[in-house]
Order: sequence, then structure tokens, then C-alpha cells
Amino acid sequence: MTLWFVFALMTAAAAFAVLWPLGRGSRALISGSETVIYTDQLAEIERDVSAGLIAKPDADAARVEISRRLLTAADSTRDAPSGVSLGSRRVVSVLALVGLPAMAAAFYLPLGSPHMADVPVAARRGPATVNQPMDNLVAQVEAHLEKNPTDGRGWTVLAPVLAKLDRYEDAARAYRNAITYAGETSDRRADLGEALTGVANGVVTSDAKTEFERAAALDADNAKARYFLGLATEQDGRGADAAAIWRAMLAKAGPDAQWRTVVQQALARVGGAAMPPPSQDAIAAASGMNEGDRTAMIRGMVEGLATRLKADGSDVEGWLRLMRAYMVLGDRDQAKRAEGDARAALGADADGLKRLDDGVKSLGLNG
Amino acid sequence: MIAEVGHYALVLALALALIQATVPVVGAYVRDAALMTVARSAALAQLLFVLVSFGALTALYVTSDFSVVNVVENSHSLKPLLYKITGVWGNHEGSMLLWVSILALFGGLVAAFGANLPLSLRAHVLAVQAWIATAFYLFILITSNPFLRTLNPPLEGRDLNPVLQDIGLAVHPPMLYLGYVGFSISFSFAVAALIEGRIDAAWARWVRPWTLMAWICLTLGIAMGSYWAYYELGWGGWWFWDPVENASLMPWLSGTALLHSAVVMEKRNALKVWTILLAILTFSLSLLGTFLVRSGVLTSVHAFATDPTRGVFILLILCVFIGGSLALYAWRASALKQGGLFAPLSREGALVLNNLFLTTACATVFIGTLYPLALEVVSGDKISVGAPFFNLTFAPLFVPLMLAMPFGPLLAWKRGDIAGASQRLMAAAIAALIAMAVLWAWTSGGASLAPLAIGLAVFVIGGALSDLVERTQLFRAPFATAMRRAQGLPRATWGTVFAHAGVGVALIGIVCETTWNTEYIGALKPGGVATVGGYALRLDGLTQQQGPNFRAQIATFSVRNGNGDEIGVMTPSKRNFTARASSTTEAALLTRGFSQLYVSLGEVTADGGQSVRIYHKPLVLLIWFGPLLMAFGGLLSLSDRRLRVGAPKPAKQARGLQPAE
Repeated sequence: MTLWFVFALMTAAAAFAVLWPLGRGSRALISGSETVIYTDQLAEIERDVSAGLIAKPDADAARVEISRRLLTAADSTRDAPSGVSLGSRRVVSVLALVGLPAMAAAFYLPLGSPHMADVPVAARRGPATVNQPMDNLVAQVEAHLEKNPTDGRGWTVLAPVLAKLDRYEDAARAYRNAITYAGETSDRRADLGEALTGVANGVVTSDAKTEFERAAALDADNAKARYFLGLATEQDGRGADAAAIWRAMLAKAGPDAQWRTVVQQALARVGGAAMPPPSQDAIAAASGMNEGDRTAMIRGMVEGLATRLKADGSDVEGWLRLMRAYMVLGDRDQAKRAEGDARAALGADADGLKRLDDGVKSLGLNG
Repeated sequence: MIAEVGHYALVLALALALIQATVPVVGAYVRDAALMTVARSAALAQLLFVLVSFGALTALYVTSDFSVVNVVENSHSLKPLLYKITGVWGNHEGSMLLWVSILALFGGLVAAFGANLPLSLRAHVLAVQAWIATAFYLFILITSNPFLRTLNPPLEGRDLNPVLQDIGLAVHPPMLYLGYVGFSISFSFAVAALIEGRIDAAWARWVRPWTLMAWICLTLGIAMGSYWAYYELGWGGWWFWDPVENASLMPWLSGTALLHSAVVMEKRNALKVWTILLAILTFSLSLLGTFLVRSGVLTSVHAFATDPTRGVFILLILCVFIGGSLALYAWRASALKQGGLFAPLSREGALVLNNLFLTTACATVFIGTLYPLALEVVSGDKISVGAPFFNLTFAPLFVPLMLAMPFGPLLAWKRGDIAGASQRLMAAAIAALIAMAVLWAWTSGGASLAPLAIGLAVFVIGGALSDLVERTQLFRAPFATAMRRAQGLPRATWGTVFAHAGVGVALIGIVCETTWNTEYIGALKPGGVATVGGYALRLDGLTQQQGPNFRAQIATFSVRNGNGDEIGVMTPSKRNFTARASSTTEAALLTRGFSQLYVSLGEVTADGGQSVRIYHKPLVLLIWFGPLLMAFGGLLSLSDRRLRVGAPKPAKQARGLQPAE
């Protein structure tokens, strides 16, 4: 409603601007005339002569010239515009009161969007609440970092969130800043590499590979860096070398390493031996527990995962991990149900569904 | 609400422009003073609404309201505030809004300060302004509306073209538009005079300052654009004879001619019809420039988006206004009263010569710019008319112009004395000869034309100073008298001296830069040294840095002069902008006097070297210092509010015998 009120005020102001002069018609209006200018010019010559800028004879010649023009102008002085055309004035008044608003409406209504409110960025960044979508929180942090670009901790917090939102380019930028301002660590280098891989739609580019190599140089056991270096090798067409890298990882890692399944899957993909013999450590760790404890521990982890996936269903790898866990626990029905939930949660995400299909195939769930 | 208020204000401005375009003309016809005065209040109200509209768009940019399509396409919430504001006109729609804002501003100024104009002249002038404004409001609302909304505002905008994220964008377009659009005033005055069939003395009194103001802005705008291209594009060039540059040079050339003929008109009441034609041509060339840049006919950094409907629309505006005004001229010019007479050898005659050369030079640029376009339309052949054509045609026209330039101010009005003027220019000529001889000896074996050109430049500067010496009687009268006379000189005379000297200064810069420019183009590894123009530049290292919305690769060079003393550090960089996935080169400049060292970075070569372009440009800054002097001279002249009177030289009087007072 305010908007229409403002529009009405503006229209009234415009109409008033046209009507105002009409009301004061008969009074004498200021109008310049030629004679004024010529008299001014004559005065100017006097000033020049007294300043010594032009010589006397020159000044006389100029005076003669201008006086001649002044006389002509005075003779032909136009009669002051005296006509008062009431008819025309009435037409113009109607034009201002009716035509002007009509014209404005005719142009504005098809073009404008009077129903739409303003959406400045600041309005989208209200105080943080539980219900606030992730995007707004991210925007707030970004705004903060715009003002304090050297806040390394801020970048460190922001970067993984951006990566999660699939904003890989921004994530890569954030990781770079984190490295610059919060110091270089093996994990940050590896995460940067992962973000760069995300930018390239999963291809480990040479830039990304450089980052992984740096990460591995800082910490030879960095799992993410080594996994992706393997992936780079695979993408170079050297599947066997990739398998060797991954097998070495599995051999060295503990049984509870979260990434174990991902690497095993990758290994299966390149056709390496699917399951290396369990390492000595793993056997030792597992044998330290009784059957019940072990099952309870695994159940606990699986439930945690299931709850998380219920909240955010877009994580394909998570779903696959969950299904695999149910299979390991011997609960085939639960695994099937998880697959159904995953399909429902992924919805229209074609790429995710395809990855899910591939994963399900390799699990042998339907076979 | 801001967006809609801005949109509605623009629509109201259109409605007011339509009323302003018709009612005053009717009023002048029926001789009703009140109807004619409608022009005044309508022009002021129109200015108010356009400013509201422009302010609204600026507010939308500053608050990053991504429900407005134009903001989405050209802004980014992380952009520094300055670029959010300059980004308003860093795109097609916004720049057109700036265009009409300036048009309305000039209309408003005429309305506000035009009280001493004859009523019917003012009514006609404002009506013609409103015709132009109407055409451009329609153009904006129909084909390039900056206030269109989107129902699904995205979270982030697409950012401004990185090349434009520079302080240059804050200065260059507004200045250039002030120049382009400023000429609309002299156009409106010309058309109004043709409609009325008479030229008042007030006409001349008004046209000169407006033309001068537009000319100052255009001069600064072009110079700024040239300097911007020089440091931003990374090639070290400052003028490319690019059609877009030519589009701004053409109105400048004819505007310079107009400026001089308007002086003749104000002072001597002569050259009236010619001045009117020049006023029409100058604004027509401004419109042509707008068409070339905004229609997408040309591809360049200036063409933001190409949309055929826009091109057709501007072409239509162009045809109506240029065709219409020239037809009006052909029909009515004969009705105008001819002005005063003058001998061929007189100040007037010199200014006619100036006009002839300037308009011919302008025609040359016109042909060189439009012929390739026309040929492409007709035969489909693509040809490129570049520097060789312009050097061959433009330079020969400017040499006699500059040779004649010092004579002009020394000639008397109505009847001149060429021998006397030559005598008084003797000192300047001698200085020029000495400069030539010295340069010849110093650079023997170099380009033979360069010393001649420098000699010409020295002659122009010397000529400007001779004029000053002559007027103050320095060296002849006692020093104190000369000083007193200097103080009494009208500021307009000082303006002439500065502006003419500026031309010479710019010429020195141009000749030195093109003739004695040295360069190094190659790849350097950290620790590598390049020697250019007697300076040794060592690449100390390459670093990376994060900016607000870009990532920069910075090279650090330490610079030593011939004696081995370190004189500075240069840090050219390359910036990568992620939002647009594009990069810019930031050249590093090291100024030594009026000369500059220029370093810009290329790609990293396969073996890890950094390819660089290093130039030593002697006296390059004079190229832009000259236009600054010209604009300063213009400002001096503009600040002189007195009337201009040119005292005629009475016949039958020997100049040489005339006493000082």
C-alpha cells in the first residue's frame, strides 16, 4: 500500500510541475532581450579600455559596431509574448491531470513489478537461528571474512562447509586463504586438492595433484592425499599402479579407519584384489573384544550414520556405507530398506542415483 | 520498494519529457508566456525524477538487491563499495541511465539559469532537449530497462567485468558522457535558432560556455580513457585508432572547431550559419558514437551486450535526429541573417582555417572508422583500417593546423597583419629551430621526422608564450607594468595560452613515446635481469596473494639505474577473478620525471620462466599532461564570466606605428 501512496505523491508532484506555470500567466515573466546584451557589451569595452587591454581607436571602432547592432535590435524588439490562450491552457491542464497519470500507468504497469518487495543481501543475513537455512549462515560468515580477509580461523571453518554445498570454487579459495593465514597443514592441502577436484567434476587436475603431493610431503600418512593420488594415477590410465597405492594404504591402516570402505571400493573398481588379508593390528584389535561388544559398537556407529542420513539424504557415499554396514551385520532387509530410503532422498539427483546404482551393484545387494 | 520507485520515476520522467517536448512549442506558436514557461518547470521536475531513478539504481547496487536482473548480472556482494557504485554505469542499461541523467541535468541547468534568455528561445531549446530525452527514455524502457526484476533472486551476482574494476570506471564514463551529452545543448540551441528563423545575440553568448564545458569534459574523458587503456590492458599502448576511440575523437574534433567558431560568433557576430551546422554535426557525431558503442556493431571492452533490437532502435534515433536536423538546416539556414564581414587575413580568417582543418581531420577519422563497417555490410569483406591509414591522413592535416595555430591569437579581428604576426613569432620559430638542431645532432641516424615534429611542438608552445609576451608587453615595458597588464588580462586569454601550449606538450609526448620507446619482451626466471632504456630490472621473485574477489600472482622487480643505484621496486601482477573465470593484468609503472618504466606480466612459460613485457617510455606522461593543460585552459576561460567583445581593427591604420597605449 505504501508503494501506491508513494506513486500517487510522485504523480501529483509531476502534474504540479506542469500546472504551476499556468496559474501565473498574466504576470510579467522575466525574459532576456538582445538590447540588454549589447548594453552589457558596451560596458565591457569601457572596462577593457580602462584596463589598458585595447587601444582607444580599437575601442571606438567596437563601440560604433555594437551601437549599430543595438539600434537595430531596439527597433525590432519583439513584442513581449502577450497572448493568453485560455483554450490551450485548459488542454494542457487536462493533459497534466489525466494524460500524465494515464501515460505513466500505461508504461509502468506492463513493465514494473509493484508486488515485489526489495531483497537486499543484508536482509537475507538476519541473526542466526536454528531454522535458518545453511546458505544464510554461510553468507554471514562470508560477509565477515570480506571485512577481515586475514582471519585464518574463519576461512578454516568456512571452507569445508562450502565444499559440502558443492561450491567448490569458493571452497578452493577459502582453503587457499586458510593456508595463507592459518598456516599450511597436510590436511588443508589435501582438502584444497579435493575442492579443486570438485571444480573439475571429479577429475584430479594437475593443480589438484600438486596439492595432494604437497600434502603427502607434509604427512606421508595423509589418507585423503594418498587416496586421491591413487585416483589421479587411475585417471592417467595406470590402474595397476593405483591399486598398488591403495593396497599399501589398506595394509597400513587400522581396522576402524573411516575411509577403508571407500578405498576398498576404488580398489574393486580397478580390479585389484578386493579384500587384502586383514592386518595384524586389526586382528589384534578385534580379538581384544568379545562378540557382543563388537556388535554393539558397530550397531552404535550404524545408527549414528542412519540418523545423519535421515537429516541430510544427499550423501550417496553415506548411504552406500550404511547399506554395506547392514550387509556386514547380516541384516539384508535393513540394507534393502536403506536403498529405498536413499532413492527417495536423492529424488531427482540423476548423478547421485547413478552412483548409488553402481555402488549397490558392487555390494551384490540384489544378486 | 526502491526498485519500483526508481522504475516509476523513470516512467514519470518520460511523461514529463513528452509534455516538455510539445507544450512549449505550442506556447511559442500561440505566444502564450505561461505555456512556454511550462518547459522550465517540466525540465526541473524531469531532472528530479531522473535523479531519483539513478539514485534508486545506485541504492540497489550498494545493497546488492539481487531481485533486480541488472544487479545480478553486473554486481557481486563481495565487491568493494567503490566498484558497487561505479558498476551502476559499468553495464549497458546503467550507462544509458547515466546518459539520460546527464541529459536531464543539462536541461535542468538551462531551465535554472536561463532567465536571461528570450522566452521563446528558451522554450524551443528545452523542447528540443525533451525530444532527445524522450527518444532515450523510450529506448531505455523498451529495450534496456535496468529495473526489471526476477522472481527467484539468486544468492550471488555474476560480478562486474574485471577489466572494469578500476578507479578509471569512476572517472572515464561520466566525463565522456558529460562531454557527449553536453554538446546536446549547443545542438538544441542550433535547432531552436533554425525553428525560430533568427539568431539572437543571446544565442552566441550562451552557446560558447556550454560548448566549452562539454569540450573540457570530453577532453578529460578521452585522456582518462587513454591512460586507463595504457595501464590496464597491458600492451603499453595509449591510442589504437580503435573505432570506439575514434567515436569519441570525432565529436572532440568537431567540438573543438565549434568552440572556435562560437568564439567568432560571440565576439564578432560572424560565422553564424557555419556555427549552427557545426553544432548539429558535433552532437550528431556524439549520437553516432553512442550508436557505435552501444549497438553491438563493434566488439570491444565497451560493448557490454549485443542485442539487435537495441542497435535498430539507436539507429532509428540517429536517423531521426541527424536527418531531421540537417533537413531543417537545409530548409531554414538561408532565412538566417548573415553576420559581419572580415578580411581573409584576420583572426576570423585564422579561425575559419582552423575549422577547415579540424573538420577535414574529423571527416578523415569518420571515413576510416565507418568505411570498414559499411564495406562489411555491403560485401561481407572484413578489412581493418588501422594506424597506417590514420598516420598517413591525420598527421598531414594536423601539421599545417599546428603551424598556423600560433598565428591565430596574434592576428587582429576583422583585418589582420600577417607580417606583423610573423615578426612577433620570430622568437618561437628560433626556439623551434634550435630544438630541432639539438635533437638532430643528438639522435643522428634516428628517425628524421621526429626532430621536425618536436620543432613543431616547440613552435606551438613558443607561439602561445609569444602571444602572452605580446599582450603583457614583457621585455618592452618595465617589468612591473608587464605584471600589471598580466593581471589585467582576461582569464580567457590565459585559457587560450594554456590550451594551445597543451597541444604542443601533448605532441612532444606523442613523438618521444613513439620514436624513442624501448622495449624488452621475453621470459625471465627469478634472478634474471632485463636491461631497458638504461635501467636494469631484476626479477626478485613471484608470490601469490588473495584479494577480496580475486587471486593475484605478483612479480617483484628491483630497478637500478645506469649507475647501479636501486631506484625502486615494481610489482606487476596478474589477477584471476573466479566469479567470471577471467583474469586481468595489472601493469606496474615507475615514473621518472615525465618518463615511465612499464612492466606487465604474460603467461608462465613451459620451463618455469615468467614472460614479461618491459617498456621504457620517454616523456610519455606529457601525452596526458597536454590534455590536462588544455582542459585547464578551458576551465580558465569558462570561469571568465565577462562578455566577450572582439574589437575590430579599424581600416587604414598602420599597426607598426601604434603606440602602446
